[in-house]
Parts: sequence; structure tokens; C-alpha cells
Amino acid sequence: MRPRRGQDSSNTGPTGVASASGDLVLSSLTKRFGPFTAVDGLDLTIAQGSFFALLGPSGCGKTTTLRMIAGLEQPTVGEIRIGEHEITYDKPYRRPVNTVFQSYALFPHLSVRENVAFGLKRRRSDSVASQVAEVLELTELQGLADRKPAQLSGGQQQRVALARAIVNKPAVLLLDEPLGALDLKLRRQMQVELKRIQTEVGLTFVHVTHDQEEAMTMADTIAVMNAGRIEQLGAPAELYELPATTFAANFLGQSNLIRATVAQRQPDAATVALPDGGLVAVPSGRLPAGIAEVWVGVRPEKISVHEAADRADPAGHTAGRNRIPAAVVTDASFMGVSTQYLVRTPWQQELMVFEQNRGGATIFRPGDRVSLSFATEHTFALDAGQDAEAGIELDEALG
Amino acid sequence: MTTTVGQRPAGAKPATIPARRRRSAWTVLRENVVWVVAALALVYLLLPNLVVVLFSFNKPNGRFNYTWQRFSLDAWLHPCAAPGMCESLSLSLKIGVVATVVATLLGTMIAFALARYRFHGRAGSNLLIFLPMATPEVVMGSSLLTLFVSMGIPLGRVTILIAHIMFCLSYVVVTVKARIAGLDPRLEQAAADLYANEWQTFRRITLPLVAPGIAAGALLAFSLSFDDYIVTNFNASNASITFPMYVWGAAARGTPVQINVIGTAMFVLAVLAVALGQLAGRRRSRAH
Ligand SMILES: Nc1ncnc2c1ncn2[C@@H]1O[C@H](COP(=O)(O)OP(=O)(O)OP(=O)(O)O)[C@@H](O)[C@H]1O
Ligand SMILES: [Mg+2]
Repeated sequence: MRPRRGQDSSNTGPTGVASASGDLVLSSLTKRFGPFTAVDGLDLTIAQGSFFALLGPSGCGKTTTLRMIAGLEQPTVGEIRIGEHEITYDKPYRRPVNTVFQSYALFPHLSVRENVAFGLKRRRSDSVASQVAEVLELTELQGLADRKPAQLSGGQQQRVALARAIVNKPAVLLLDEPLGALDLKLRRQMQVELKRIQTEVGLTFVHVTHDQEEAMTMADTIAVMNAGRIEQLGAPAELYELPATTFAANFLGQSNLIRATVAQRQPDAATVALPDGGLVAVPSGRLPAGIAEVWVGVRPEKISVHEAADRADPAGHTAGRNRIPAAVVTDASFMGVSTQYLVRTPWQQELMVFEQNRGGATIFRPGDRVSLSFATEHTFALDAGQDAEAGIELDEALG
Repeated sequence: MTTTVGQRPAGAKPATIPARRRRSAWTVLRENVVWVVAALALVYLLLPNLVVVLFSFNKPNGRFNYTWQRFSLDAWLHPCAAPGMCESLSLSLKIGVVATVVATLLGTMIAFALARYRFHGRAGSNLLIFLPMATPEVVMGSSLLTLFVSMGIPLGRVTILIAHIMFCLSYVVVTVKARIAGLDPRLEQAAADLYANEWQTFRRITLPLVAPGIAAGALLAFSLSFDDYIVTNFNASNASITFPMYVWGAAARGTPVQINVIGTAMFVLAVLAVALGQLAGRRRSRAH
């Protein structure tokens, strides 16, 4: 369950300059509410200037983590540093950190302009008016500067909350599901906007979200969090292509997980036996060391469906592809850009397959006998000690 | 309704008109029933005030200002001519102001303590703070009298003030506490997040947002103190006659027109204050 990858390789930020001076570092950060552990020994380094997404199901401790970074909650154990400065027990107003609250928390008695100027005035900053004007322009709020928050739409309020935080140019900007209340269209629009602002201003963003798509499109690094712990950490593509736990495999996108036993380990590729006894290949780097029982995983869109072969062979692998020759389509839904199949294997497991509609390919019907194939390099294996269903309902419940 | 008649093409039968008109009149009444009721309610509410105003311009024969004789500005030109009245008025105002200030300050602090902190005896305090509101004034007045007498505290302004602060306090606490309860704690957290220390957060966020509650509590306290008769009467001496006591006492001896002058002035002041508040509110909302 340890994060598979540290901070070393990727997070150099949009400017491309690796810098340790302003990195946000959490060390064994823990928060307990009575007997309940909300955040459990978090170890994280978030590079200066990077866009970091914290992704996880409801109640996994995302908000609590942000609140500890902001100073609104005291950690039970652990340490928070920004660069060389330890800020674990500093008052919130002494930290170079600003938050965009999930509920916006705009000051109702102050105008948009006064809301945005609030932080600058408290720090007795020079040229408050010009800085505010600049940020209002960035967030396209110029025309609304004299309105009260109650006179704004949800999306406009969201932008005020954002403007109020970024105008201070904090070392770290915390965003707690800031787009949660918006409709899909506005949400996509704001995602683009947020990313643009982050790139333009070059701040460190820690963005909490339920929405895996949002995390994958926006973030340089994603941390998948579950029950107070980080399940996996990495660049979006890396996380998606090579999940480290069944939770990550199911929570981020969908996965087919097939129970298997390791048959042979070789330096470049290992073979594992599927329930029908057939051997499929898994690249050695994608097979955890020292275990015999595994879940063999493959993403639905990585599987191709073909006409069934004449003979019902067991599963096997040839020419860089793993094959499951004798399967039956149980459900087919045409989705426009793709067709989604449920296909039953000889060992009575239903696999999910998304096939792109490139035109010309046969569309199979329920009852058709088919064979499946997927590239060995898209195959991964996870320790079978884990629940294959972990993260599934959570993901579905959150839509 | 008649316009439609006029626009009728020539030759249309006029026979249908009375029926239409009767129905229209009924409709008019039905549509305006809210206004009619509102006007009646307003008359009911304001008639006593109008009588007070009217009789402040009266020149009664004798001591009682109960029947209209003739118009006069005497009372308005000499408001303090009625012996003892202006002294009692100024005493009531002084007590009202001091009681309001003290009760509002204490009450606001108590409200914050009760709303924001968990401490030993909080539930008890919450309950006890309601007691003065629930106790009949006669009971409160007489028990205070017993207390003061048994403690040997001489009755007078001080005892009145103590009594007034005591019952005003509950009202202030209750109003301010309701306002604090409606305050989103995240606003204060957001302020702290935006570099405001504890004092700045209180001054810039908490206080302005709770202010309407404090103002309402203060107004309530002043009007309660200013017109309290029962509790005051128990705990006053002959040297500390408040305005309500004066009016009551005067009612037996005779009612000087000046009482109506004060009544009218208070009424006009109150209406003016409300109107100004509304005007300011409208201007503020129009500015944005
Ligand atoms: N003050 C508190 N007292 C007790 N438990 C708390 C407190 N705050 C949070 N928790 C618990 O800690 C856990 C994590 O809460 P947190 O708010 O961090 O979740 P989250 O990941 O932000 O969830 P969501 O996505 O729903 O916002 C939850 O189970 C919550 O019930
Ligand atoms: Mg949350």
C-alpha cells in the first residue's frame, strides 16, 4: 500500500525548474478524531509550482489533510514544512497558504472587490487596488467588483473564491473541491481556467476532487487516497496504466481483474496461469515481487474482440498478445464512439470490453462466440491478498 | 370597467352591462381585500397614536386631558412646565441608556461564550438566561425588592438600574445568540486563512455579521427599560420617579398635556429611525 513512486522524477512544475526551496512536505501526518483515524501517516512531497490532485472517495480524509496544511486543524502526529520552514503548529494567518473552500465561504457583507482585497489589506500590501484589479481581470470579474456575493451566480462566486485566494500569491494554494457545485459545462470551463491560472501564476496547487476525470486532465501528479492513506501516487497516465492496488485500479477508471497463479518468473516477462490453466504473459516490471497468487488486470479498452477460433483452446499468449480464445458475449451496448461488451470467459467470469468504433469491424451480439486478446504490455498484476472489488461501489456512487 | 363599455361597437345590446358591472365591483372588492384588511389593521394600530398626537395640541379645562377643548401650542412650547415630568423623563433616559449599554456589552459577551465555547455549566447558564423572560414581572419585582431590602441596599436609581440590566440582559443574549448561531464558522476560518489574526477576524468579519443582532438586542433593551413600570415601581424610592411611574402617578392627580407631547415626540422619533434605516438600506442596495 505504499506509494509506488516518490517525488523524484516528475514534479518539476510548469516552469520546468526543479526547486526544493518551496516544496510542500508532509511527514507522517496523522489526524485522529477520538478513536477514529481520519488521516493516517501521510508522507508526501509536493513540488513547488506543480498541480497536485488529491483524489479519493468521500470521507477518506482529503479535507482534513487540507485543513491541517491550512492550519485550521491540528495534526495529532507529524510535520508540515514548506521548503525549510516548519509550519505544523503555526497559526493559519501566519502561513503562506490560502484555501479555496468547498463552500466558497465568501464574506457576505463585503463586495467582490473587498473580498478579494481582504488578504492583501491584512498583510498591509502595497498597491492593493491594482493587484485586485489584475486578479479580477484574470478571473473575468471586472464588471462584478461592486456586487455582494449574494448577487452572484454559483460560478461567479466560485471565481471570487479563487480570486480572493490567488491574489495573495501564496506558496501553496489549497482547493477543496472548488468545482463540486458547478454543472458539467461550467465545470469543464473552470477546469481550463484553473489550469491556465496555475500555469500563468506558477503557484503550487493542491486540488482535492472526487472527479477522476478532473484529476487526470488537470494534475501533474495524482495521489489516490483511501481511508486516510495514500494508495498510489504518480503522473495521471502512469497511475492509469499501472495501478498499484486493486483500489486504484477500480477507482481510477475500470479494470478487469482475473485471479491467477504465478507460473514462471523470467527477467523480462513472467507467465501466470489463469483459472482455465492457460498461461498469459505479464511484463516482469508489472508483477509485484515475491508473491504467488495475483490478480491479473487489464483495462476494458485495451481488449480486442475477434471471431471465435474453431477450437476451444485454453488461454495463452503469442506474438506479444495474451489471448482468451473461448468466450461468449453476454451483453453488447452500442455507445456511438464505442461498443461496450460483457464477455463471459470459460471460467464464468464476466469481463468488460470497450471497443472503439473505427468502422468496418463486426459488432457482436449477445450469444456470439468470440475470442479476446490484449497486449502483454497492457497487462498488469496485483497482489491477490487484496479485495478485487475495492473502490468499485465508491466510484459508482460518486458518478 | 366602463372603458370597455365605451369601446363597444355601436348597436351592441346594453342589457348585459349592469350584470357585468356588478360582477366587476365584486371582483374589485375581492382583489383588494388584502388592502382593505391592511388599512383596517393600520387604523387599529395607529388610532391610539393619533389620539395622543391630537391631544398634545389640546388646552384642557382643569387637570385632565381627556376631552377636546381647543387648539393650543402651550404644551409644545413649555414641555417642562408640568412639575417633575422632565426630571422623570431624564431619569428614564439615563437609566435606559446605561442599562442598554451594560446589558448589550455583557449580553453580547455571554452570547458568544454560550454559542462558541463548551464549558462546565453551559447548559445551566443557557437555561437560567431564559428565566427573567419567563418570570412574571410582579414576581421578579417583588423578589428583587425582598433581596435589596434584606441586603440593606437603599432603593433608588442604583436598584432600578440593577433590575433593568438584569432583565434586559436575557433579551440581548437571546437575540445575539440567535445571530451567532446563524453565522457560518467557515467565514472566520476563511478570514484566518487570509492573514487576519484573531482580533482582525473579530473586528472585520464576526462583529459586522453579528452587528444586526446586537443592534436589535440593544433597541429591545432600551425600549424594555424605558417603559418598564412594574419592576421599577417595586424598586424605586420617592426620589427616583421614572417616566412611566410619573405618568401613572399623574393619571391619579391629573394628566398634563406634556405627557402627550413626550409621547408624540417618542412616536415621531421611532418612525423617523425606521424610515432612515429603510432609506439607508435601499440606497445601499441600489448602489450595487
Ligand atoms: N471534526 C471531526 N470530528 C470527528 N470526525 C471528523 C471530523 N472531521 C472529519 N471527521 C471524519 O474524518 C473523516 C475524513 O473527513 P474529511 O472531511 O477529511 O473527508 P473528505 O475526504 O474530505 O470527504 P468528502 O469527499 O466527502 O469531502 C470522515 O470520516 C469524517 O467523518
Ligand atoms: Mg471534503
